[in-house]
Amino acid sequence: MNKKEPILDVKNISMHFGGLKAVDKLSLQVYPDEIVALIGPNGAGKTTFFNCITGIYEPTLGDVFVLRDGKKRRLNGLKPNKVTELGLARTFQNIRIFSNMTVLENVMVGRHCRTKSWVIGAILRDKKTRQEEIETIEYSYNLLEKLDLHKFANEMAKNLPYGAQKKLEIARALATDPVLLLLDEPAAGLNPQETSELKDIINKIKEEEKISILLIEHDMKLVMNISDRVYVMESGRLLAQGTPREISQNPEVIKAYLGEEHA
Amino acid sequence: MFEEIKKSLKVSIWFMFLTFPIMVIKVNLTDKVIIWRWKNLILVGIGSFFLSFIWRYLLERKAKKAKKEEMGIGQTSIFLKIFNNPKYAKPLYIIFLLFILAFPFIFSMYQTNIMISALIYVMLGLGLNIVVGLAGLLDLGYVAFYAVGAYSYALLNYHFHINFWLALPIGGLLAAIFGIVLGFPVLRLRGDYLAIVTLGFGEIIRLILENWDEFSFGPSGISNIPRPSLFGINLGVKESTIFIYYLIVFMSIITIFVVNRLQNSRLGRAWIALREDEIACQAMGIDKTKTKLTAFALGATWAGFGGVIFAAKTTFINPASFTFLESAIILSIVVLGGMGSIQGVILAALIMILLPEYLRAFSDYRMLIFGASMVLMMVFRPEGLIPSSRRKYEYDPTKR
Ligand SMILES: Nc1ncnc2c1ncn2[C@@H]1O[C@H](COP(=O)(O)OP(=O)(O)O)[C@@H](O)[C@H]1O
Ligand SMILES: [Mg+2]
Repeated sequence: MNKKEPILDVKNISMHFGGLKAVDKLSLQVYPDEIVALIGPNGAGKTTFFNCITGIYEPTLGDVFVLRDGKKRRLNGLKPNKVTELGLARTFQNIRIFSNMTVLENVMVGRHCRTKSWVIGAILRDKKTRQEEIETIEYSYNLLEKLDLHKFANEMAKNLPYGAQKKLEIARALATDPVLLLLDEPAAGLNPQETSELKDIINKIKEEEKISILLIEHDMKLVMNISDRVYVMESGRLLAQGTPREISQNPEVIKAYLGEEHA
Repeated sequence: MFEEIKKSLKVSIWFMFLTFPIMVIKVNLTDKVIIWRWKNLILVGIGSFFLSFIWRYLLERKAKKAKKEEMGIGQTSIFLKIFNNPKYAKPLYIIFLLFILAFPFIFSMYQTNIMISALIYVMLGLGLNIVVGLAGLLDLGYVAFYAVGAYSYALLNYHFHINFWLALPIGGLLAAIFGIVLGFPVLRLRGDYLAIVTLGFGEIIRLILENWDEFSFGPSGISNIPRPSLFGINLGVKESTIFIYYLIVFMSIITIFVVNRLQNSRLGRAWIALREDEIACQAMGIDKTKTKLTAFALGATWAGFGGVIFAAKTTFINPASFTFLESAIILSIVVLGGMGSIQGVILAALIMILLPEYLRAFSDYRMLIFGASMVLMMVFRPEGLIPSSRRKYEYDPTKR
């Protein structure tokens, strides 16, 4: 359906924890300008899959490739910070913001991998460093504006309401200037209004920033609504993949996953 | 009220029971009799009864304050109000600086010497603050880098007659290298584990200095270390004390300047992010290894400088000056002052070093007071004397 090269190309990766195959020979592609959802019951291995491709775990088997600026790079064995540099940014299932930093600073940290100054620059605060710092502030503030968080800019991140913290995590991830954004259950714990706002944000990121999105989500309405394609996992394996329509009609998926809820 | 009395009664009975063996029983070995000091038991009972009242009152007050803060009507402490308001803070700093500058002319040589020690600790505290306060790496062996600085001056001078001014940067550099050497093996460790390994490292350095006689002259140490010269002129004891005083004042100001710039930079943010959440920090593209090693190296550098100045000040060093107790004191300075807070660390260093000097009368109870005040701080003010506050970046979107 898509002739372009995939931005994220995962080939047969497996992650074993001792005898447990948390991810078992999973292949997955994300193409440019696509929103892809990864669903599956709790414990299916979705978060572990994210951890494998972002360098937190090194996959036991298989390959992960990412395409950035026309170059294809293998990610296996790279440290998380390298993976981020190559264009994958992520959020976490359990919020992991920097609580004792301001909201703006949280986003500024996201600019780390696109900026350079180090010890000497910090101490001398030369022209180049000052320029970089101003750009960092400006870039971060603009991102906050886009996600409607700028009114909190100088608040401590820990003082934000839950929904805003989740948005802040997305803003911080966007600050790394990714080609693909990985969201781990972004709607979990949000109220319907916040969920609908999240939906708009995700669409906006895709449309305006030209960033593809891979998201893990349990909110079926949201998933069916925004994703171009859906992958279904169960006990580490891929159960099915296809358009939201195909997935919602797939008898196996209904049995294994949707069935539980509809029963 | 009745409940409260019952609670305190319980506490006091417990205390009487627990302290019974040490406070009441006394064995007189020469006469082979046991002395029962019942009076002590009563004193302990009454004392703990009233103290438990105060204790609970303070705890209650703290809980009330926390609740208020949650509801958003928390009042910041007087300290913070003063320090965060430039209208008060500026004159306060200037007065403080003038006082420091005039110090050797107002007070005696003895006092000036004490102040030099205190300012060395300001430097050490600010250096450790980089490692513990900003980067969140609990380092219990910091004194090792202090020793590296002191011994590099002493030994380089002994063997090669290298003077103070050359030794100062060399000491800092060597300490930084030691910081990296220690940093490598502990990169994967956090929290308690890191604390234990760094504690061991500190002890290893001290034991080497104590036992490797050919290298460091063992426990007898190195004496006749020259004081710094001024343009090649050797100064008398009094002049050179004053000179060292201004030198350490200058170095402290440099330290404050550098640490302040570091903590409000890209690097400083990376350190704090590392402290807040290591995994998220890496996911933001921060190289954990590089960032941690930089923290260890930069933190150690100040200890190295401090060590060189210490050696020049005392003209004699031996391993006994670099025990774990020193590390503990420096760490307490950071914790007491408020992790990551420059003003806090300075205040705490001055209190921790000057107070015991002026309260000689209580010197027997020094460790007791020290321990008790640490516990009280941790319970009632865990964020430190002057909690660190993050910088607010001004950004005016209309000025694009
Ligand atoms: N570090 C680990 N060590 C051992 N088992 C793990 C580890 N991380 C995850 N698992 C296991 O892998 C399985 C998948 O977990 P996870 O990826 O969190 O599922 P999901 O995100 O789909 O709910 C679970 O059975 C979990 O217990
Ligand atoms: Mg999960």
